[in-house]
Amino acid sequence: MQVLDFEQSISELETKIEELRHLSDGGRVNIADEIAKLQVKVEKQLHQVYDKLTPAQKVQVARHPDRPHCLDYIKALVEDFTPLAGDRLFADDQAIIGGLGRFSGQPCVIIGQERGHDTESRIKHNFGMAKPEGYRKAQRLMDMANRFRLPVITLVDTAGAFPGVDAEARGQAEAIARSIEKCLNINVPLIACVIGEGGSGGAIAIAAGDRVLMLEHAIYSVISPEGCASILWRSASQAADAAAALRLTAQDLEQLGIIDQIIPEPLGGAHRNREEMIARVGNAIGEALEELSRYDAKTLLNNRREKYLAMGKKSVS
Amino acid sequence: MSWLTNFVRPKIRALVGGPKKEIPDNLWEKCPGCSTMLFKRELEENLNVCRACGYHMRLDVVRRLEILFDEGRYREISVPKVLVDPLKFRDQKKYIDRLKDAQNKTKRQDAIIVAEGTVGGQKVVAAAFDFAFMGGSMGMGVGEAIVTGARRAVATKSAFVVFPASGGARMQEGALSLMQMPRTIIAADEVKAAGLPYIVVLTDPTTGGVTASFAMVGDIHIAERGAQIGFAGARVIENTIRETLPPGFQRSEYLLDHGMVDIVTERKNLNETLTRVLRLLRKDKGGKNNFLLGPVPHGARSSKRI
Repeated sequence: MQVLDFEQSISELETKIEELRHLSDGGRVNIADEIAKLQVKVEKQLHQVYDKLTPAQKVQVARHPDRPHCLDYIKALVEDFTPLAGDRLFADDQAIIGGLGRFSGQPCVIIGQERGHDTESRIKHNFGMAKPEGYRKAQRLMDMANRFRLPVITLVDTAGAFPGVDAEARGQAEAIARSIEKCLNINVPLIACVIGEGGSGGAIAIAAGDRVLMLEHAIYSVISPEGCASILWRSASQAADAAAALRLTAQDLEQLGIIDQIIPEPLGGAHRNREEMIARVGNAIGEALEELSRYDAKTLLNNRREKYLAMGKKSVS
Repeated sequence: MSWLTNFVRPKIRALVGGPKKEIPDNLWEKCPGCSTMLFKRELEENLNVCRACGYHMRLDVVRRLEILFDEGRYREISVPKVLVDPLKFRDQKKYIDRLKDAQNKTKRQDAIIVAEGTVGGQKVVAAAFDFAFMGGSMGMGVGEAIVTGARRAVATKSAFVVFPASGGARMQEGALSLMQMPRTIIAADEVKAAGLPYIVVLTDPTTGGVTASFAMVGDIHIAERGAQIGFAGARVIENTIRETLPPGFQRSEYLLDHGMVDIVTERKNLNETLTRVLRLLRKDKGGKNNFLLGPVPHGARSSKRI
């Protein structure tokens, strides 16, 4: 597991525990005691660090390579997952995964950004940065969900839409705009969950939903802190200041009325207990699905539009 | 001011000499396209278009509205006030101070003006960006203006014409500015749902979150010649792909080639194009060659046979 700079001392303790475990094969009681003591210490330190992560630290946690990614959630939470490919116009973009599946028994459409977990898969998924064909695939699948009255679940995890010549040539802006428009116009529930990084237009393209959930240490921002720093501070090294100024944490965004619910992460972040994290996300999405299933299509659509029309009008605490 | 400062080009003026303080530096402007020195008064008369090479420079928002509406007459529509600086954003400077500076400089509340009037006799509500106001960036105030304009268009059964000129979302308003993307798309959809034309006139520059929202969902996209239009910034793309960008990349003509805009027009022809399109969309029965309505004069029929 990759160790973040502020986790150094915790990691050292964890290594020590591992070493002692190997020693304890001899069955000496005082080693077990020592391990227990160290574990208490680790937990204490994890609390100390993770209870008050700075925005810049949250950026690091949100991007942690060992955090569960889109496909991890799909694998664990979606039965009969049937990936569907292509935008029917140009290509299949593997930065956006989409398909049919069963979420706690309920057939639905799942769409999400996948960043990959090793060099090969990262290249395959273009590091989770979608091109127009990815957003057009998302539109196609939302249309299908609409036709078959299937709820849509989206998993948001991207540094942003891919900034490249080919993406611009094929209309990245148009693809994002239409994808947002599609989110706003479908007659079925749309639940978006920001599982890692919600990077600007590339994120909102699939996240303009009835309910927007966000993991405790995930981030969601109009621009990356590095990008913001290089423009406003004229130096990318001020990214920590930018991260704080942008108010991109789940806690800030809940206060601003931009997201609806925070899903707590296991102690020490999602990367320390992936199974637990996935289960919690599953529960939260399940609850949201159940709640939204009570509304008829018209109410759903109206509420969603009113929600986004009010963005920026709401009073902020 | 003497004839010297009025009519002699700056370089020559420098050679001739003269009291330095009296030389106003705003009489001449160098064309970014061909480097010709242009006499400012003439340039303004020519709608900020270079007479030598046709380069379209940016146009002040008030001038934009003056040349858009019939006889330059329009009524400004007031936009409800929004929350100011909810993030208490501060970089090297406080956002609230940047905002006040921009407001003082432009005498405007935010980076956009909403106005109504007629264009070629057609009722139009227009929302035009002011790039001089924090790079025309879109925050809650701009979002509110788009919503206000769209609803005014629906209420008065007018066409809604937007003129983006923007660097994108206003980062000082964080994710609240990001949320103006869905918000403005809903506004545009309301106009379209009412059966009214929603026209986007893309002007230099239209980038980022503005392009990726209301600016790309128009019934018709008209781009001014040579305008920069795109999603990602050119520098960001160059850093990603580590190669120089193709010539003309992200310009109006490039977008036309790639199917993202309908029409690229010279500024001087914009009103004529807009008028024609609006009349056609709104089934206006005017028109110079009215074959359908008028009787066909004897002998005027074509003798061509297929």
